[in-house]
Amino acid sequence: MRARRTSGIVRPKGLRSTLMRALLFAVLGLFCLYYLVPLVVMVSTSLKTLAEIREGTLLSLPRAISFEAWAKAWDSACVGVRCDGLRPFMWNSIAMAVPAVLLSTALGAINGYALTKWRFPGADWIFALILFGAFIPFQVILLPMARTLGLLNLAGTVPGLILVHTVYGLAFTTLFFRNFFVGVSNGIVQAAQVDGAGFFGIFFRIVLPMSIPAIVVTVIWQFTQIWNDFLFGVAFTVGDSNPVTVALNNIVNTSTGVKEYNVDMAAAIIAALPTMLVYVVAGAYFVRGLSAGAVKG
Amino acid sequence: MASGISLRNVRKSFGATEVIKDIDLDIDPGEFVVLVGPSGCGKSTLLNLISGLETLTGGEVLIGGNRVNDVPPRDRDIAMVFQSYALYPTKTVHQNITFGLQTRRIPKDQQEEAVAEFSRLLQIDHLLHRKPGQLSGGQRQRVAMGRALVRKPAVFLFDEPLSNLDAKLRIEMRTEIKKLHQRLGKTVVYVTHDQIEAMTLASRIAVMDNGHIRQFGPPEEIYENPVDLFVAGFIGSPPMNMLPGRIRHGEGRVAVDVGEDLHFVLPSKLSEGLSVAEGHEVVLGLRPETIFAAGTELPGPDRFLFERPVEVVEPTGPDTMIVFEIGEVEVIARVRPEDARPPGTPFSFEADMSKAKLFDAKTGRAF
Amino acid sequence: MARSPISQFSPARWLERRLPVIVVSPLFALSLFFVYGFIAWTAYISFTPSGVMPVYDFQGLAQYERLWATPRWYVAIKNLFIFSSLFIAISMAIGILLAILLDQRVRAEGLIRTVYLYPMALSFIVTGTVWKWMLNPGLGLQRLMREAGFENFTFDWLVNSHYAIYTLVIAAVWQSSGYAMALFLAGLRSVDDEILKAAAVDGSSPWKTYTSIVLPILRPVFLSTVIILAHLAIKSFDLVVALTGGGPGYATDMPATFMYAFAFQRSELGVAAASATMMLMTIIAIIVPYLYSELRKTA
Repeated sequence: MRARRTSGIVRPKGLRSTLMRALLFAVLGLFCLYYLVPLVVMVSTSLKTLAEIREGTLLSLPRAISFEAWAKAWDSACVGVRCDGLRPFMWNSIAMAVPAVLLSTALGAINGYALTKWRFPGADWIFALILFGAFIPFQVILLPMARTLGLLNLAGTVPGLILVHTVYGLAFTTLFFRNFFVGVSNGIVQAAQVDGAGFFGIFFRIVLPMSIPAIVVTVIWQFTQIWNDFLFGVAFTVGDSNPVTVALNNIVNTSTGVKEYNVDMAAAIIAALPTMLVYVVAGAYFVRGLSAGAVKG
Repeated sequence: MASGISLRNVRKSFGATEVIKDIDLDIDPGEFVVLVGPSGCGKSTLLNLISGLETLTGGEVLIGGNRVNDVPPRDRDIAMVFQSYALYPTKTVHQNITFGLQTRRIPKDQQEEAVAEFSRLLQIDHLLHRKPGQLSGGQRQRVAMGRALVRKPAVFLFDEPLSNLDAKLRIEMRTEIKKLHQRLGKTVVYVTHDQIEAMTLASRIAVMDNGHIRQFGPPEEIYENPVDLFVAGFIGSPPMNMLPGRIRHGEGRVAVDVGEDLHFVLPSKLSEGLSVAEGHEVVLGLRPETIFAAGTELPGPDRFLFERPVEVVEPTGPDTMIVFEIGEVEVIARVRPEDARPPGTPFSFEADMSKAKLFDAKTGRAF
Repeated sequence: MARSPISQFSPARWLERRLPVIVVSPLFALSLFFVYGFIAWTAYISFTPSGVMPVYDFQGLAQYERLWATPRWYVAIKNLFIFSSLFIAISMAIGILLAILLDQRVRAEGLIRTVYLYPMALSFIVTGTVWKWMLNPGLGLQRLMREAGFENFTFDWLVNSHYAIYTLVIAAVWQSSGYAMALFLAGLRSVDDEILKAAAVDGSSPWKTYTSIVLPILRPVFLSTVIILAHLAIKSFDLVVALTGGGPGYATDMPATFMYAFAFQRSELGVAAASATMMLMTIIAIIVPYLYSELRKTA
């Protein structure tokens, strides 16, 4: 986000403005704590032993750092009847997210390009109809989708989930690219046409190289959405093919044995790590995706 | 009611870049001063330092004799018209105009009176209930002016107020602004990059370049006696012809040899105090209107006749510009349309050397 | 005028001109089938006596009558109402406050923004997991306060069927208020600088500049933020599952979890389809007018 050019305005000096400034930072600091405390609690709990958790409180820091809970969450915690930890489910999530992100982004790019730069009669209607798909409550397609996946022999499989995420991600990716391409001058496309390039020539040689920021935003958005999805995962997969969010929920909500809060927290962090990493590395693009989600062009 | 403005050793840096470099300027009460210069010369920054929209890095600003360095804009008794007009989009024209009065808790009836007065003056009284989005560019401009005028401040600041208008409206509004100034007599500081606007409006012009004020004076002085090559080249359209050459002494007179066997003889008022050596490198400045078709003006002293082939002919209506070359330099002469000749024909020119300027080629300063 | 050879028919040129339509058509067909076809399919199921397996005999509105005679559905609707109104109101309030505060020339703005927004990168399952732990009456917040000297401090909302719904609000606000902040801050930053300068010259205090000039300009941002948050609220499923599991009992059921429970746990496909259709209707009522006005603006 750009900074203001009004920052140089002369302001009155004095006690009152100093106090207001102090108050400002106090409030901002308090909210920082509000957002950070759960993260701190999560990390510190994951590093404690069960005994220490029972003795101490939420905010007490671990006396001795123990990675046992992490190790257990990673490869020996029980998810249902299987006790291999989160590891196999992380692979499921990666195997699901990577192809689904690539497919939905590529299709959204070409869709957005065709709908904005080659406007044909009805293009606006087609876009509006596709866009609405981004907002439907997915409950309304669960039953037919389950049946269709069954007919396609994809029920309960990772490829089935890839199909689901690609199809329902298409609305968002088309929206992102359409908003981006609306801002690209039509003159560029016309100039390329005069130079003899065709539909695909212009797309691959001119438009796509210009779209790197839009591609990054879309990929990050899609990855976060797909990785964090729970509904499709729980509805369309069983046991071994569960994505990591479903597995995490199963670990946490298992009703057998002793409640191992440290393992729960370690598992939660592991499941959150990929999207957190993306956020830390490419936060600016993540924010752009969020605002693009507000439809505005 | 009008206040003078003084700038003393004013400096402004953004990070490591120094944008305003030690400027001193004294503006008299009621004066119309235009800050003019190419983009990036610091003119808008200087205006923002006067308004308090930017904080000084060094020096001081005085308005009406009071030091205002730490005074916020709202307490400086100024009003400003912005390039984008900066009208409040959700407020009606009426609310836009009265907003500054409301914040100062002026009684309602006085507000209404002021709105009535100035909306009539600016011919926007029929627009008072519209929103800015429903106005044309020219109307928005008038509303922005109304918002500034209604507060009756001591100083008006204009930041390129006409640059978003089309050519015709710009000339209309230019006249309007001049009329308003004559009528209200308030101090005005006006920023523009358009030297014609500067010439037509200003009581004094400050020509700025690269964070410095090159010259500060009345328009005629800036035009007739530019202190250096920059000012000479910036003011005037088409620009002054600049002929590089060497000084030649002989036969009791001084001439400038611009090559091609042309020796422009300097008038006595230029050559008399001149103490430069033979062969010194100079630039001879001749405005296009001082070069015309030979014999078409009343004869006078210090005329220089020469012949060159016509390169390009550019009619403008009242005059025709003839472009020709001396050495590598393109020169423009302003002739009567009926004197124009087609390209390629030899043409006899007459230069009024009494209007010629002479600059040192090394320092760029005028002699 | 004589016809130039250029204007004569050629299959390659015809193909080239149709290419955009040819490319969009299959994707559009996909969308038609998987979105609109499935919606129709679900709507049809809701008019059949489907139970464990879908059957396709039309029987009218019977499933809707059953749905609206189910007490659990009323709990879900009431919860959705409580949850979404609180969630939207609190997130908006925090979002506006933080956006305005961050707009005051704060040096560490980038860092603070990163902190406010990171929960948005988390899955609702992770959010639910950590808040479930923090609100756990045995070892969580209640214990912390008691150890700190407040012996009688009680915070058992998570297991209290009257208050459990508010724990969902707490967790959801924590996750999404930063998002509202980001949308408002982007809105604030899009306001023309010269307008703010004009307000400063006009003598407006910072407070008045926000209330009387900037926030009115941001009205469209308010609208889109409410819509987005409402949309998040109606779809909320993961958070409920992870934090309360819909419990205690079905005290924190929402339409999304209700539908899932009836479809996949209680095998009442007809009722599930009817409830899904009701959800869709709600979303349509909110989203369609919004999309219509947005698209008209950009078109």
